This record gives sequence, structure tokens and C-alpha cells, in this order.
Amino acid sequence: MATQIVSGKTAITATINGETRDWLCEPRQTLLEVLRDTLGLTGSKEGCSNGNCGACNVIMDGRLVNTCCVLAVEADETEITTVEGLATPDGLSTLQANFIEGAGLQCGFCTPGFLVSTKALLDKNPNPTDEEIRWWLAGNLCRCTGYDKILSAIKKTIAETNAS
Amino acid sequence: MTTETKYRVIGTRPLRPDGVDKVTGRAIYGADVVLPRMAHGKVLRSPHPHARIISIDTSAAEKVKGVLAVISGRDMPDVTGSVAGGEGGDINMRYASNNVMAHGKALYEGHAVAAVVATSPHIASEALKLITVEYEVLPPVIDVRKAMEANAPILLDDLRTDSGGVKSESASNIAAHLVAEEGDVEKGFAAAAVVVEHEFTFQTVHQGYIEPHACTAEWRSDGQITVWCSTQGSFAVRQQVAAILKHPISQVKVVPTEIGGGFGGKIPVYLEPVAAMLSHKAQRPVRMVMDRTEVLMATGPTPGAYIKVKMGADADGKITAAQGYLAYEAGAYPDSFIGAGMLCLFAPYKLTNVKIDGFDVVVNKPSSTAYRAPGAPIAAFACETVLDEIAEKLGMDSLAIRELNSAVEGDWRAFAPPFTRIGALECVQAAIASDHWNTPLVKEGADGKKRGRGAARGYWGNWDGVSSAIGRLNPDGTVSLLEGSTDIGGSRASIAMMFAEAFGVEYAQVHPSVVDTDTVDYNDVTGGSRTTFGTGYAVYKLAKKMQGEIVEKLAEIWEVAADAITIDGSCYSSNGHSATITQLAKLFEEHGVHINASITAKGNNTSGAFATHIVDVEVDAETGKVEILRYTAVQDAGTAIHPSYVEGQMQGGVAQGIGWALNEGYFYDANCKLKNATLLDYRMPTALDIPPIETIIVEVPQPTHPYGVRGVGEVPIVPPTAAIANAIYDAVGVRLHALPMSPSNVWEALESK
Repeated sequence: MATQIVSGKTAITATINGETRDWLCEPRQTLLEVLRDTLGLTGSKEGCSNGNCGACNVIMDGRLVNTCCVLAVEADETEITTVEGLATPDGLSTLQANFIEGAGLQCGFCTPGFLVSTKALLDKNPNPTDEEIRWWLAGNLCRCTGYDKILSAIKKTIAETNAS
Repeated sequence: MTTETKYRVIGTRPLRPDGVDKVTGRAIYGADVVLPRMAHGKVLRSPHPHARIISIDTSAAEKVKGVLAVISGRDMPDVTGSVAGGEGGDINMRYASNNVMAHGKALYEGHAVAAVVATSPHIASEALKLITVEYEVLPPVIDVRKAMEANAPILLDDLRTDSGGVKSESASNIAAHLVAEEGDVEKGFAAAAVVVEHEFTFQTVHQGYIEPHACTAEWRSDGQITVWCSTQGSFAVRQQVAAILKHPISQVKVVPTEIGGGFGGKIPVYLEPVAAMLSHKAQRPVRMVMDRTEVLMATGPTPGAYIKVKMGADADGKITAAQGYLAYEAGAYPDSFIGAGMLCLFAPYKLTNVKIDGFDVVVNKPSSTAYRAPGAPIAAFACETVLDEIAEKLGMDSLAIRELNSAVEGDWRAFAPPFTRIGALECVQAAIASDHWNTPLVKEGADGKKRGRGAARGYWGNWDGVSSAIGRLNPDGTVSLLEGSTDIGGSRASIAMMFAEAFGVEYAQVHPSVVDTDTVDYNDVTGGSRTTFGTGYAVYKLAKKMQGEIVEKLAEIWEVAADAITIDGSCYSSNGHSATITQLAKLFEEHGVHINASITAKGNNTSGAFATHIVDVEVDAETGKVEILRYTAVQDAGTAIHPSYVEGQMQGGVAQGIGWALNEGYFYDANCKLKNATLLDYRMPTALDIPPIETIIVEVPQPTHPYGVRGVGEVPIVPPTAAIANAIYDAVGVRLHALPMSPSNVWEALESK
């Protein structure tokens, strides 16, 4: 374990978007706070602070988590994917491109959570039904789109992935 | 139903320019701004819905290590007067100041009473607990009808009822009594074969934008204040901050960040003046971010209300008279959009005998603000359910009675000139012709649950307002388009499309940016469905102005008369010369010529927008739960500039309307304390609650806009609550007269049937 106490703070090491990151944090700090304020990964958003909106979603060791409900110290020695890790230097992922093309976002604030949450779903289940997609995304609130174009963007992504 | 392609760019679906930033996490929203030496502010809020503040002792908080300053109402200037608030009229700045930081009295649970700035948000939060406030708790009143009673607790000692310009002698919670009248309602009701009258009650609901309010402010020692914030109107923030802080407006600069939803709720300021004052005291930039509970408790919800509507029709179904009584809860300070509610109440219908009384009433709830078509959805709920009942009593089809009575050009509406060309009738007719209306509904599900279909209409006036933009032709033939309108859901794209259309270039040649208040001229808020209309009008004029400048410069270079130059799309020709914009841009660079233009323009929105919605529901009689099976929204967009974002506005408005209809509402206990100030308990619709929403775009161009734009953002939230209520009646035979139509309320109505 890399954990050690340094002047009241805990040293944490995690792999974030493929990169090893170390930080010192207070036990009370959430992973969301550390991602945003310590590591500069402001793509994860705080919408509710209690796990109801999904805007802060990241994938942690293969599991979708609400980072507002994860303490930063719990992230030690984990592997994390945030919205900033979805695109490659060659371009956007198919899912990201389809969100833009299909108007799957309006204000864009919930979008990082939807993208990460959908990736977590498709990683586990590459061919979900409409009902399975809606069920999975029920943890992500969008107030702008009515979800319709989000669903369409996801279904288009699934179809394109299957065709390739 | 999109008409023939009259345009090159308009009506296509290009990619939005801010899309990449928003899917990669790079877009900077209100809480993402970071400045060197930035400190963090937090607000202490009243636990009482109504209390006099006797004293505030901040000494213990000030001693906490890391605390830089503490402020309360006494640190804020006493202000008077008002500033232009846009669509909702002027903003009374004393009330606005008292709302951001209570002076003397706390008027709702969650009202700001003090604020702390510290080196970390955690320290600031801890220090708040060390502030001692002594309150004299006063009796609260949170129900509009109780607040109107003669012996009700008075919120604002100086408030007098304004009735047509005449003020009441004694203090009252009724801020205004408005009347709109035409013809003779008594005569109209006497001529009716059927008269239906009902009373309705509505809970407070919230806009529910996913991004909580956030800002960063820096008050430098030279007096310059810069505010970075998530807002629907950077100039509105500048005006309000300057007025509340009694600071020269020229020394306030507002930099709008990306905005994570607003729906009207991000027009008033809450944190910005407080952050600036904390910055002044701490001599550091200060960031403030609300948590969700603060958002629900202390930022503008939409008014709760009491409404009574009476309508009569003759045996043929023609409406003979309509009467409304609307009492809206403004919250702690006046202005509940009662006028807008009155305007929208009967607007879809041709009326000759009508009377509407409206009351704007203060209660001990957060100061209400605009929420998408403010005032209209609850008014439409009353009118559209009463009309449905009339149709049923006459044995008429519910859309047929709406078609028969539809308002058209020249018809009366409250508080505004008669309608110009509108698409009201066209929307009803498109609904009647829709696949949804013509597909028979199986009235019972496989498990015995009853199904029903309902329809309803809605109107929103739309606003024009002032917009500004700057255009610069770049040496590569592209145009940098600087806009003052904050982009709340894709307007950079629609505005750039209209500019490209007018300027004769491709969409990809236009690079739009939303800029700060020092860069562009005055611009009204993004609200009132005005941005695509008003800013589109401004950039149309900007494009024409730039074309004029190009012709002028080209005439000098080509040595021809300016009026001998013709423009065909992006190609300029004269006397053997011919060049495209891209070629001209190079030519101008070689000659040291720069094409820059700025515009400030106010469009003239003369009519507004209509919608007709159809919904199928399934009602579980055992639990009262209502499920939406199918939904079709028909709306007149005038001209759909970017159809994907028009559909998106329609679908988003419907989703919010479904939430309002079935789930959402503020729940107060016997002590007038809010019990559901989290997103777990204030339950907004999820992807599981909303079916695919079919959209039918009708295009009846707005006569006063160069491209016929009407504005599309607000009207789609108007019909859903009534359409769903009518569908529930069709399914189970109970008429509901209150929102939300939650499982418990539907179940109770079924039990008492």
C-alpha cells in the first residue's frame, strides 16, 4: 500500500485515464473534489452532491461510480476513467461523435456523466435493449433533452460498432 | 412537415461549434473557473421561513484559521431603484439586494443571512457554524390564499397593492391586482349551452437545471470587478451587481461561462454580488458554488398558485365566454409572472367575452423567477382541462372543439395587440392529421390497466429584446462572430447558420464565440425564447452591414461604382471583376483593408408561438401510477433554423412538463419547512419515465423576421400537464384539479370517485 500520513493528509496513487497520478488529500475530501480541484479534471461535474444526478460519474476498476459519494482515499491503487479519457489523440470516440451529431446534448453539463455511464454499460453489455439502456441511464439526470436524442445517439453508436 | 428548401444553410443540421468541448469535459462551466490565490465563499442561510434578524455575531467565525472575512446584510449597501430585467419587467434592486443577503428580515427558509470566505470551502463551511444569529421568529404564510387574507402575517411592511396604478392604503401581501377584459362575460355565459367551472391548486416546482449556481468574482484594489459566472444574461448580471453593490457599471465586467441549464432560473443574481463583496474584503478572487439543497431552497422556483376558470360554449361548441381568476405566489418578493399567466391563459382561443383577474402575492417561499414560459403551464392546465370537459359534455371530439375555436390573425389577446399571423390553427390541424391521433388506442393494457388519450394546446408570447454582435472577416475568408447572447442549448449553431445564410458563406466559415460584457455591446438575456429570433435578427443585419462594407472597399480597389457591384451568395462581381469572399479576404489583406462591423438591434416579435400536444397514458388503478405510453408534440417554429435543436427544445419542454404533471412539487411540513430539498426527494423524470417524444414541426413564418423565426424554447412546456390530465380522465374517468398527479393523488381521486 502506498498510503501514508503526511501532515494530516493521505498520499494516494491511482491510474487515471492511463496515467499514474499521486495526490495528498484530507480524509473528508470526495473523489470528485480531488478530480476537479486537485487534479484539474473538471469534466466531472457536481450536480447534486448525493449520488442522484450522475454528472460526476467515472469508471473505477470497471465499476460505474458517483464520485461525489466516493472518498478520495478510497481511490488508492485503483484504475479510473473519466470523461477526459474517452477521446484519443486521433479523435473522439464514436459515442462522443454521435452525441454531437445527433444533438444528444443541449447545455452539456450532464453530458460527461452520460458518456461515462454509457461507456460502462457498453463495456459490459455491447448490445443492450432500449429498456436496458433506459434502466441503466436512470441514474443520470438530464433536464434539457428529454433523453430522446441521447438514446438515439447511443443506439446509433451500438449499430455502428456492430457494423465495423 | 418542413417546407421546401428555400435556403442554403437554414434547415440543415450542422454540428454545433461547442460540441467537442462539451463531450470531452473541456468546456468551462460556472464552477470550473480557477484563478491564482482563489478563495472560497459559503453562505449561512435562515432556518426559519419568516423571522426578524435581531443580531448577528460573526466574531467566532472570524477567528478560525483560514477564514479571510465574514459579511452579513450590514456590509451590503442600501440600494433603491430598479434596473431593466428583460422580459419580466424591471427588477426592484432593493428587493434584489435583500434577496441576495437579508437585511432586517429573513423571508424564507434558506434566505442568505451571512457569508464567509476562507482558503478552502471546508473551512468556510465549518466557520458558518460559528456564526450566531439571534432571530425573532415570526408566523410564516406559504399558501397564496392565506397570504391574501386580511389578517395574514405581512412579509414586506412597505408593500401596497397596485390595482391599475392605484396603491392600497395599508400594507398587504398582494403586490398587484391586474385585470384583462374584453366584451361582456355575463352576457356570454347567459348564451352558453354548457358552462364548466373549476378551482385548481398548484405546488411550487423548480427549474431543475443540473448545474448549481456558481460564480467567481474578483474585486481589485483599483475598483475593477470581474465576475465569471454561469448566467443567461451577462449584461443582466453586470447591471444587478453594479446596482446591488452601488458600483459604477463601467467597472463591472462579466465573463459568461458555459451554462449548465437555466430555463429562466439563471437570470437573477444570487451569489455574484456576495462573492464580489467577499473578494473586496479578502482582497482575493472568490469562488462560490451552491449545493443542490441551496439551489432548491433559495433560488427561483416557479410560483405555486390558486386558479379558478369558468368557460361556456354554445351547443355547437363555440366558446361564448371565458373567465379566469389567477393568484400566483411570487415568493418572498413581488413578481410571479402573473401577467404572462393571464396572457397565456386563453390565448389559443378566439374570445369575444373574457375577463381575467390576476393577483401577484408574496409568501414565505423563495423569490420565484422565470421557469420556461413562466406562468403559462398552470394557466393552460386550468383552461385546457375545463375545455376538455365542455367538449365531453357536448359530445365533441377534443381536438375538433379546439380547431373550431382556434385564435387566428387579428384575434384578441390579453395585454398585447391582436395577433398577427400565427400558426395556432395549423398546429391543431397538424395534430388532427397526425399518425398518433389517427392510430386507435387500445383502451386496456394486457394486465387490465386502463389507457387513455388526451390533447391540449399552449401559447407563449415570445420576446424580442436587444441583441448585439460583432463580425470580423479573417484573412482566410472565415468570419469571427462575437455574440452577447449566452448559449444555453445550441444557439451558437443557429445564430452562425443565419449569419452564414445572410452573408452568403458556408456554415463552416463562421466561427461563433460568446464573449464578455466589455467586448460586445449590450445584449438582453437568453430568455423569452428570444435568442434565435433576436440575435438571429441582429446577425442578419450584421451580415448585410458587412456586405455593405465589402462593397464599399471593393469599389475603391476595383475602381468601380459601389452600386455597380452585385452580390450572388459569396461571389462579388462588377465590370469583369469577380471574386468569392475567400478571394476577397486575401485581396483585402494585401491592401491592408479590414472588414469589421458591429450591430445592436432589436427585433419586433409580434405574435409568439403555439403548440398542440397528444399523449397516451396508462393508469395503474391499484397504485395510482401514471405511465406515459406515447407522446406527440406539434409546434409552430416559424422557420426551424436547426431542426435537431428545435426538436430538442420540444422534447426537453415535454419532459419537464411530464415531470411537473406527475412528480414534481415542493413539500412543506406544518411549520412551513421544505422537506424535499434534494434530487432524491425532488424527483425529476429519468430516462425510464420519458417515452420517445415524437415531434411535428409546423412552419408558419413570423412576418417580422427575415427568416420567419418564432422562437421555440418555451411553449413546449405549456400543454403537457393538461394533455396528461385529459388522458388520465379518458383512461379512468376522474378529472384532477391539482398538480402533481402523483400516484398518491391519482389513487385518492380514484378512491373518492
